[in-house]
Amino acid sequence: MPTAPLSLPTEFADLDPFANWALPSERERYAKRLASTMDELQSFYDAAFPRLEAAMTYLEQFSMDALPDDAKHLLWLYCALVTVSFPVEVWRQPRVPDSGASTFDAILEPAI
Amino acid sequence: MPHFPKPAEGSWTEHYPELGTSPVSYDDSISPEFYELEREAIFARTWLNVGRMEQLPKVGSFFTKEIDSARTSIVVVRASDDEVRAFHNICRHRGNKLVWQDYPGEETSGTCRQFTCKYHAWRYSLNGDLTFVQQESEFFDLDKADYPLASVQVEVWEGFIFVNLDPSNTTPLREYLGELGKGIAGYPFHELTQVHKYRAEVGSNWKLFIDAFAEFYHAPVLHAKQAVAEESRKLVGRGYEALAYEIDGPHGMVSSWGGMAPPKDPSMVKPIEQKLRSGLFGPWDAPDIGLDELPPGLNPAQHKAWGLDSYVFFPNFMLLIWKPNWVLTYHYWPTSYNTHIFEGTCYFAPPKNARERLAQELAVVTFKEYALQDGNTLEATQTMLESSTPVKTFPLGDQEVLLRHLHHTARRYVSEYQQQQQPAKTPVRA
Ligand code: FES
Ligand SMILES: [Fe+2]
Repeated sequence: MPTAPLSLPTEFADLDPFANWALPSERERYAKRLASTMDELQSFYDAAFPRLEAAMTYLEQFSMDALPDDAKHLLWLYCALVTVSFPVEVWRQPRVPDSGASTFDAILEPAI
Repeated sequence: MPHFPKPAEGSWTEHYPELGTSPVSYDDSISPEFYELEREAIFARTWLNVGRMEQLPKVGSFFTKEIDSARTSIVVVRASDDEVRAFHNICRHRGNKLVWQDYPGEETSGTCRQFTCKYHAWRYSLNGDLTFVQQESEFFDLDKADYPLASVQVEVWEGFIFVNLDPSNTTPLREYLGELGKGIAGYPFHELTQVHKYRAEVGSNWKLFIDAFAEFYHAPVLHAKQAVAEESRKLVGRGYEALAYEIDGPHGMVSSWGGMAPPKDPSMVKPIEQKLRSGLFGPWDAPDIGLDELPPGLNPAQHKAWGLDSYVFFPNFMLLIWKPNWVLTYHYWPTSYNTHIFEGTCYFAPPKNARERLAQELAVVTFKEYALQDGNTLEATQTMLESSTPVKTFPLGDQEVLLRHLHHTARRYVSEYQQQQQPAKTPVRA
């Protein structure tokens, strides 16, 4: 069952339909990418990419250890934009070409 | 026509005449017998990097490391005198694994005051002394002083913790790391505390993955689909040439240009890279890590297009130092002759804000996507090397000199070990 999407800053309410991409770990973002269709990745990218500069400017007002929850969610969402940028900008498929079944999993990453 | 000058001998390979230039056999990568010899001759006898000092922030901090290739598990700890110590991870009572959580085969870390065995509660101090025996009076003439944890040689170089499992080893770590290690001493590794670590189980001999990362000859081809199409075509057309190679003892390094951080023309790179100012070569805007001058070993060609130096510290530790002030390490932990665990770890300066955090995220994830392609290719290589095809030797080009050196070194260690063990017998050919 999909869980309730997380809250984003009100300035970024236009991204609410994609709030389920606000996932705290690279593992989860990568898993969601692999489980998505290209159409789904494309529509998330098309909504989020044009707002990237605004989001960074918004987030830069906070220091990394004092991010309010909704800002944190926004940063998670933009980490997910990084994750989906590869298929959307270049490969046209969710998985990197010529990688078969190989895996390479995050075992340690700095928490946001 | 080479873009960068080569040594007077005409090639990097011929600059190191012991390597030869003839095609190379990969029998050393497909043989269970040769792997058994490597375990003894290499993994049980050389300095192995098992972690960084930042993993042991205070007295009592510890981590375990499974070293299957040397048939042991070790525990590394910051002891009460603040010194780093390492022990075989075995209880002196009846051989239970001393430190583990839930799954004995999985690595663990944490902080403790002492080590307590899960089996019968014998206890050891952080210095490895046996301090408590459950129902001690039941034992016969047991002097606790006779049963400390079995210690392992441990030394720290630039914050990197190394162990040597050979109790008779007399080569200090610094001497082992030689000129290449000396040339990068003083680099502020300790400033790079933002760590992203990845792990893969790879179906190939450990040396094959080092091969894949010790040459960039494959990069424009295997990774062609990672770049924007026009740039990708240009890269393939140009091919790859390093700025310099250096070999010292068992270790080697390649120095490379790094034209993509930042690129000359933004249209060379993907939109996300343009926006986040980051990519495969790392975030373009280098953080201040107090590096006024590069250590003398870096950028040996003194080239203005320098982008990174990539070190292969034998046997299984690679260290990549990138111009925009970040570091990547690779470790290859063999689990059999045709499998190993690969670890890739990115080290950055802590990001000051979300913009820097996102730039780091892009660098990390880009590395991951490349590594997925590399890993998959290796399994294909291993399968064919092991097949019954008549193809048995392989020509290695000058941009593959570090591979030639790696396999040469592994064979040399094995044959020297064999000679020490059985001076009378002729060495088994790999
Ligand atoms: S095996 Fe450790 S206390 Fe018995
Ligand atoms: Fe590669």
